[in-house]
Amino acid sequence: MLEIFLGAETLSSTVRMSIPLIFACLAGLWSERSGIVDIGLEGKMLIAAFTAAAAGAFYGSPWLALLLAIIVSIGFSLIHGYASIHQRGNQVVSGVAINMLAAGLAVVIGNKWFREGGRTPPLSGDALFPVLNIPMLDAWGGYFRIINGHSILVYLAFVSVAVSAWALAKTRFGLRLRAVGENPHAVDTAGISVTRLRYQAVIIAGVLCGFAGTYLSVALQGSFVRDMSAGRGFMALAALIFANWRAWPSMWACLLFGYLQAVGIRMQGFKLGAVEIPVQFTNMLPYVMTVVLLAGFIGKSIPPRASGVPYSKDR
Amino acid sequence: MASLEGPAQDEKVIMTARGDLPVWVDVGVIPLLNLLLALIATSVVFLLIGENPLECLGIMIRGAVGSLKGWSYLFYYATNFIFTGLAVAVAFHAGLFNIGGEGQAYFAGLGAAMVGLGLDFLPWPLLIPLAIIASALFGALWGVVPGYLQAKRGSHIVITTIMFNFIASSLMVYLINYWFRPVGKMAVESRELTSAYILSFREIARQFFDYRLPASPLNLTVFLALLVAWAVWYFLWRSKLGYELRAVGLNSDASTYAGIKPDRIVIIAMAISGGLAGLVAVNEVLGAQHRLLLEYVQGAGFVGIAVALMGRNHPIGIVLAAMLFGLLYQGGTELTFAKQHINRDMIVVVQGLIILFMGALEQAFRPWLTALFFKVED
Repeated sequence: MLEIFLGAETLSSTVRMSIPLIFACLAGLWSERSGIVDIGLEGKMLIAAFTAAAAGAFYGSPWLALLLAIIVSIGFSLIHGYASIHQRGNQVVSGVAINMLAAGLAVVIGNKWFREGGRTPPLSGDALFPVLNIPMLDAWGGYFRIINGHSILVYLAFVSVAVSAWALAKTRFGLRLRAVGENPHAVDTAGISVTRLRYQAVIIAGVLCGFAGTYLSVALQGSFVRDMSAGRGFMALAALIFANWRAWPSMWACLLFGYLQAVGIRMQGFKLGAVEIPVQFTNMLPYVMTVVLLAGFIGKSIPPRASGVPYSKDR
Repeated sequence: MASLEGPAQDEKVIMTARGDLPVWVDVGVIPLLNLLLALIATSVVFLLIGENPLECLGIMIRGAVGSLKGWSYLFYYATNFIFTGLAVAVAFHAGLFNIGGEGQAYFAGLGAAMVGLGLDFLPWPLLIPLAIIASALFGALWGVVPGYLQAKRGSHIVITTIMFNFIASSLMVYLINYWFRPVGKMAVESRELTSAYILSFREIARQFFDYRLPASPLNLTVFLALLVAWAVWYFLWRSKLGYELRAVGLNSDASTYAGIKPDRIVIIAMAISGGLAGLVAVNEVLGAQHRLLLEYVQGAGFVGIAVALMGRNHPIGIVLAAMLFGLLYQGGTELTFAKQHINRDMIVVVQGLIILFMGALEQAFRPWLTALFFKVED
């Protein structure tokens, strides 16, 4: 019992499960801090996962896969950016469109290329990312597995948290970007382009979703299967709200969701006394927790003031 | 996060821009141009996977409207989409974006099956209305919880409803497998409904007119869908509650000053929305399948979003848009038979493109058309 909740295996798996959430959550952070609501994290993650898995199957290089996934993800970001920034369209509707477009395109194109109903061939060997393995920590094993022996992208995710936190808090670019999310008129009056800053933000979000998707298909699973993002984009949004739109708390929130997923996987087939907990219930766990956390039994979270509001000069 | 909750914010933007163009351009030309763009984008996708879009379009249209069977399937699918489209529209009018139609429709099957199977000692004139009401109630329950969380706890309705889709999906697998599946039966589905089913057109023709129709799941629920479409119109534009609902959707703050309680309206709107989506269970469980099966909603909940946007959230528009999507679904099925390498997910792509061009990029043509109009007037 304790093994399931606190074992080294569970905690190590927690780290792995939380990585796509962390990347996606940071993507949401950058976008929403600039005032662009991003419901389309899920779709961008999914199309990036597909692109990376397909590129991995074709070219056998994880880095090329990552690059292509990022490019495609930025493409989807720019569609969302164009709809939200230039057309002042409804950002939630645009995000939902992106999600559907990604879910459909990944399977349609995947089926065309690989003829396996949208699946991609499993990747192995050189097509996977190198694993960081410190021999000494490896020899000690046990709880050192939490920090050792992961794919290189895992460490990159935590670096991204630090960089995002620093950039948003300390750099001129970050401060301006946050100002655009709070009061775009003031930024505009100061002679800084709101449009430009917001496009930069959605591009950063695209890059991070590219990482999230690549990790999901190339590192975590080794191939693409339909709808493999399984609501992670929305969990990332929930984590972002839970963390009150800040980088470090976002990371902890994502680790919490990752932990729930890890426990859910470990609990499969687990017997409570004589009764086996049905797998459907362990599958449900992260989704139920998302609802519970969103219902905010932790105090009120305040979104960036201009988030979701299209900017027009004449108001 | 008022701005996240739906179209309210944009409605204001649109409102100020409105009046520049005549109404027929607004409700006629602009949607048609947007639809045309979506079609062009779809053609590009067809080209991308190496198919001829015109040929595919031909197969789809022939498959849907080239035969009596095609037509009957078209209306059968459209029945589902009318329900889910109305569900999305009612929530939209209250400024809410309900993308949980899929889960609400799925969970509603529980109500339909519980009444239909559990109370099947009742005579059918009593049983069928009860089963219909149970479907709506279970759908409403799955909608009202996110509505309540939005109103009282400020939970983002889009995220909560999506999560409820996932929860419904797991829960229903469990319930159908452990509660409804008869002992010894391999297929994960309930036993057959013996009396609480709704007659199909094929059966009516056979029993009462001694006439053979091609096999199709089209059943009397299609009339219920039309009746409900009218009822939604009456509710939204002729009733006090409907007026309050639209007032909250247009401007929640202003409605408070008119003595309306937005929280209450949000909860009611989500209950109605979920109930409408729940009626899909009537068409599927009671009408078409006569049993509760896994994943019977088949994406109808998500189609509802595209249908509502395309139908401009008006029941007449929704009925027409639902028929168009019925055509796409039926034609798409024929297309997957004719073309080996096209799968049904093509429809999801089309949905996405329609939501993009008719929803998010709705105003793309406006400046251009406005300029054109003033030029003509001068």
